[in-house]
Amino acid sequence: MDQVLSNLSLLLEFPIVNLKIILDGIMIGALFALAAYGLALVWGVMNVKNLAQGDFVIAGGYVSWWLVQHGFPALLGVPAAFIVMWGIGWVAYKLVISRVIERDLFTSLLATFGLAIMLAQIMNLLFGSDTQSVDLGYKTLYFFDGIVNIPIAKLIGVLMAAALATGVIIFMKTSRMGQAIRATAQDARAARVMGIDTEKVYAFTFSLNSAICGAAGAIIVMVWVIQPFYGISYAIRAFVIVTAAGLGNLPGVIAAGLGIGVFEQYGAHIFGISYQQAIAVLLLLLVLIFRLIQQRRNRQVLK
Amino acid sequence: MAKKKIILYALILAFTFIAPFAFPNFGTQLATLWLMIIVALTWDMTGGQMGYNSLGNIFFYGTGMYVAALISIGRVYDIGDYTSAAGGGIYEFTDVQYFSGVFLGVLGAGVFCSISAVIIGYVTFGLRGPYFAIGTLGVAIAAGELVSNWDWVGGGQGISLPGYPGDPDTGKVFFYFLFAAVGVSVFVFVKWLYETRFGAAINAIRDDEEKAEAMGIHTLRYKLITWSMAAFFVGMAGGISAFQLLHFEPLETAYQTIFLGIFMVVCVLLGGKGTLWGPVIGAILFHLFKEVTWNYFLGWQWVALGALIVVTVVYFQDGVMGWLVHKRPEWFGIQVEDKIAGETE
Repeated sequence: MDQVLSNLSLLLEFPIVNLKIILDGIMIGALFALAAYGLALVWGVMNVKNLAQGDFVIAGGYVSWWLVQHGFPALLGVPAAFIVMWGIGWVAYKLVISRVIERDLFTSLLATFGLAIMLAQIMNLLFGSDTQSVDLGYKTLYFFDGIVNIPIAKLIGVLMAAALATGVIIFMKTSRMGQAIRATAQDARAARVMGIDTEKVYAFTFSLNSAICGAAGAIIVMVWVIQPFYGISYAIRAFVIVTAAGLGNLPGVIAAGLGIGVFEQYGAHIFGISYQQAIAVLLLLLVLIFRLIQQRRNRQVLK
Repeated sequence: MAKKKIILYALILAFTFIAPFAFPNFGTQLATLWLMIIVALTWDMTGGQMGYNSLGNIFFYGTGMYVAALISIGRVYDIGDYTSAAGGGIYEFTDVQYFSGVFLGVLGAGVFCSISAVIIGYVTFGLRGPYFAIGTLGVAIAAGELVSNWDWVGGGQGISLPGYPGDPDTGKVFFYFLFAAVGVSVFVFVKWLYETRFGAAINAIRDDEEKAEAMGIHTLRYKLITWSMAAFFVGMAGGISAFQLLHFEPLETAYQTIFLGIFMVVCVLLGGKGTLWGPVIGAILFHLFKEVTWNYFLGWQWVALGALIVVTVVYFQDGVMGWLVHKRPEWFGIQVEDKIAGETE
């Protein structure tokens, strides 16, 4: 308790520390938002809640890490992870996801949970359970007498995340496939009647989601660490963001992603780093309860 | 027919009594099998019969472990001192202290868990479908993380409990019979429950909650009571596990979300959701599969288990009982008229 109070007073005494926490939060939140965007895409288009989301992120990180171990440049890892995870997502879709789309939601939740356990264990067997990261070897920029520090690697990571998000948004808005995806999300039956091959759209959407996650993981391995069993926490954060922002609400997803990043950094600063996981999960419960109260109010109005 | 059933139940009960003496090498395995049967049957109370798929029943298992351990320690020593010394052999328990600790601890764990189920359920039962599953999963994960940061109960190190006083082999049989007693009571209890008005009411909630509410069923009350009854048995099972394992820690043993927490769901799906015998059959099959993969696919056992989960959920969701009902409807008293069956094909 004393620790918590002294941490709080530190924030008030040195306001500049807040700036550091907020910057850190925005940087980590940008990557959460990327994974959450993929989840919102899959959720909205094919009504599948993918609990394996976080393990796709970690798998992408390992692709990049493996390439660096074999002498490839680190920045190549992001497009490589995008392509490899596209393939893995496609295989996962054909084997598992395509058979649960029409079923009830708990089925897809459980099936992807099984998939998540499998992926995490395979990564554990292939790469070991140690934490891994890729060192880009860039410098760190210091501001305000070294209180605020921004590693250039993190900056590059955030820029890449932003570029990827912009690319996906432009693709969804302008390309023929993007139109087909949006049409399927609105009404799959009508889309089928209009001659859209929804099966192909589903496969494409899931692969795209997996590829986005993979690229996010490749960025994460450059700026933080990955470990085979870290996946579930990314999946939970993605759920928090999508549940808070709602489906098909892209600005909301980005805002919620950055928000949860900042919130988590504050929580970790105030309560200690070991509570970070607990804070992410408690946030999920808070969002769910908040939504519940909102719904209750609606129901009373209807009566 | 009734006579046949009585003979069947008598045979199973007799086997339950003989099993630990007939297969002394598998004492712990058989006890774990009973644990799986308990958690599967209780999961089916909400998941199969009431239509609320919880992923957080493991919360009661973990909480039961902690409550039972804390009660049995707290009656004799100061808990803070005990956990900071990590057991350490300094703290001795007499036979009377041990057995009364086990008895009160297990019972207290059940009571505490059923009360906490009412409190948690009051909040989470407003959530429907997959949101309920995610919400309860969140409760279980959050509890594990918070307990692992709570130094008074041992933090991430967990708690070590005193061993069974006397011959270890007798201890195995003792814990087997504790699990078996809880397991048999759960089975008898749910068998009775599903035939009462209460069982019909929770089935109505599963089939259509809005209509059930319109028919005058106080749905929230039924949901809370059902979950707290399930939590009572899971909490007791957790309490027994705590004494059987001797040492447990929060994330991997007590609140083991991705292990037992998901196994119980798979057991029920494998055996057949919403049936009396399904969870039992599923638990036996799953336990066999788990032990075989553990022995023959060392290192790959978790991958095999994940694959089993995916295959069960995707291809075999009706389970053994669902498959039997489809293949042999006359066993379940369902009359199929050949003419109608022929016409629909």
